Amino acid sequence: MVDCNNFYASCERIFQPQLEGKPIAILSNNDGCVIARSNEAKALGLPMGAPAFKYKHFFKTHQVRVFSSNYPLYGDMSGRIMSVLKQFTPKVEVYSIDEAFLQFEGFDRYDLSQYGMDIKKRVRKWTGMPVSIGVAPSKALAKVANKIAKKFSDKTQGVYVIDSDEKRIKALKWTKIEDVWGIGNKHSKRLQLQNVHTAYDFTQLPDAWVRKEMSVVGLRLKKDLEGEATLLLEEGASSKKAIATTRSFDKNVTQLADLKERVSTFASLCAEKLRRQQSSCHLIYVFVRSNPFQKNQPQYRNGQMITLPFATHSSLRLSQSAVKVVEKLYRPGIQYKKAGVIVMGLVPSRERQLDLFSEENPKHDALMQAIDSVHKKYGRHKIKIANQNLRRTFAMKQAHLSPQYTTHIDDIIRIK
Amino acid sequence: MKKREPSGGLHFYTPDPEEATEQWLAEEGVSAGFPSPADDFKEVRISLDKTLIKNKEATFYARVDGESMIEAGLDDGDLLVIDRSLEPQDGKIAVCFIDGNFTVKRLKVTATEVMLMPENKNYKPILVTEDNELLIWGIVTFVVKAV
Repeated sequence: MVDCNNFYASCERIFQPQLEGKPIAILSNNDGCVIARSNEAKALGLPMGAPAFKYKHFFKTHQVRVFSSNYPLYGDMSGRIMSVLKQFTPKVEVYSIDEAFLQFEGFDRYDLSQYGMDIKKRVRKWTGMPVSIGVAPSKALAKVANKIAKKFSDKTQGVYVIDSDEKRIKALKWTKIEDVWGIGNKHSKRLQLQNVHTAYDFTQLPDAWVRKEMSVVGLRLKKDLEGEATLLLEEGASSKKAIATTRSFDKNVTQLADLKERVSTFASLCAEKLRRQQSSCHLIYVFVRSNPFQKNQPQYRNGQMITLPFATHSSLRLSQSAVKVVEKLYRPGIQYKKAGVIVMGLVPSRERQLDLFSEENPKHDALMQAIDSVHKKYGRHKIKIANQNLRRTFAMKQAHLSPQYTTHIDDIIRIK
Repeated sequence: MKKREPSGGLHFYTPDPEEATEQWLAEEGVSAGFPSPADDFKEVRISLDKTLIKNKEATFYARVDGESMIEAGLDDGDLLVIDRSLEPQDGKIAVCFIDGNFTVKRLKVTATEVMLMPENKNYKPILVTEDNELLIWGIVTFVVKAV
């Protein structure tokens, strides 16, 4: 598991190195509230979600550098980092804008700690991003290892490997139950009543109890923490920072039209999930891959992230964007076995500008349908115009926006 | 693009179809009388991206602000292509961050010291000491200028 250290703040620091060691806060779109903090800002006691207007004085007295969120920059930096990671293994699962799982097989003879260090160094050198790396036999344990790598960076230098049972048990005893990957608030409270306070306590529960109380998902998590990899790549608990819809196909897909249809559906499902939890997303990542078990077939896997012009939970916009990406990713002659859509850079919808697709609108579904039929009848650009007009009417407040250093030619750094 | 062996001081480039991203379009209409003889010479367009970017994950751009490197051909307003993946070496032009400011200078690395050398006689070299905070941000690989 590779996780960027204070991703948003670090993106800003790469282009303003003088901010190294200084407190940084990133605001949600429209400069509403704090959505990311550097370690220094956390140490000052600045809470997550703090409303910006209430903390004006705090920012000033503690000399906190405040930024509006710059998703074109964050999206591009994330894409660069993920590409570098793919050079180490083709099996990379982009888990959120700043996290990825890398799967290594047949690496038993490698010094994994050294290998992790190489990954960390290359990402830092090439992109400027500091990362922490946790290595373990399963995903849930890799998450735990990552936390240790980050928390005790002086000792671990940002890389921690769980490669023995002693290390595993020690790590699990150190991990509080509420911090375990995939254990929600509800479950952690219930487990605490059962006297389960650490991840280790959780692994000591009888399988039958876990299965009964937390279903098969809970049981698989338990196995994962025991070091038996049961959560496969592209599976597992959903991140708070991303929503994914990924599916393996019953039959291999070879045609672009079919692939577009699937991906468009996945994007709509992501949009529904977003609306259900009243979130909107800034970034969309689409991936496709062939079946690695069909060794006689040409193998291909690829993914790409794009930044949306503004945060959205509209099925229409997300589908369109996903289709655009898949058109780029598609290579003829490949039998596609799996595809997925992951939306990232999530923000609460109420932070978002009011638009046609807001959840409160009871006519939402009818409206979507109406738009779809307009779309069919009069062509795509009609809807695009409506969207663009909307965007113009509700200009975003971004008083502290940093330049788009990597995506806009007029915004590149200036050097004396 | 594949670079052929230099011949009489000139470099010749041949397009590599595997790297092709853009293709010429056949523009003449289907019904037109004779096919254009140029059709036989359809080639892959030269891509500046491919020429200027060796490592796309590590490549960033910056604009020159000032004249301290004018004799190295870096004029005010020029676009710099910067590759972060390259190792800093003596003689390379580097984008450095020193004591809170970005600067572009030629690196002079000896056994005992590191100097940031301007290429304009009106500017003084910067000797990097323990008191300086120096970050070599990336190595300049190309300069793009308007003429």
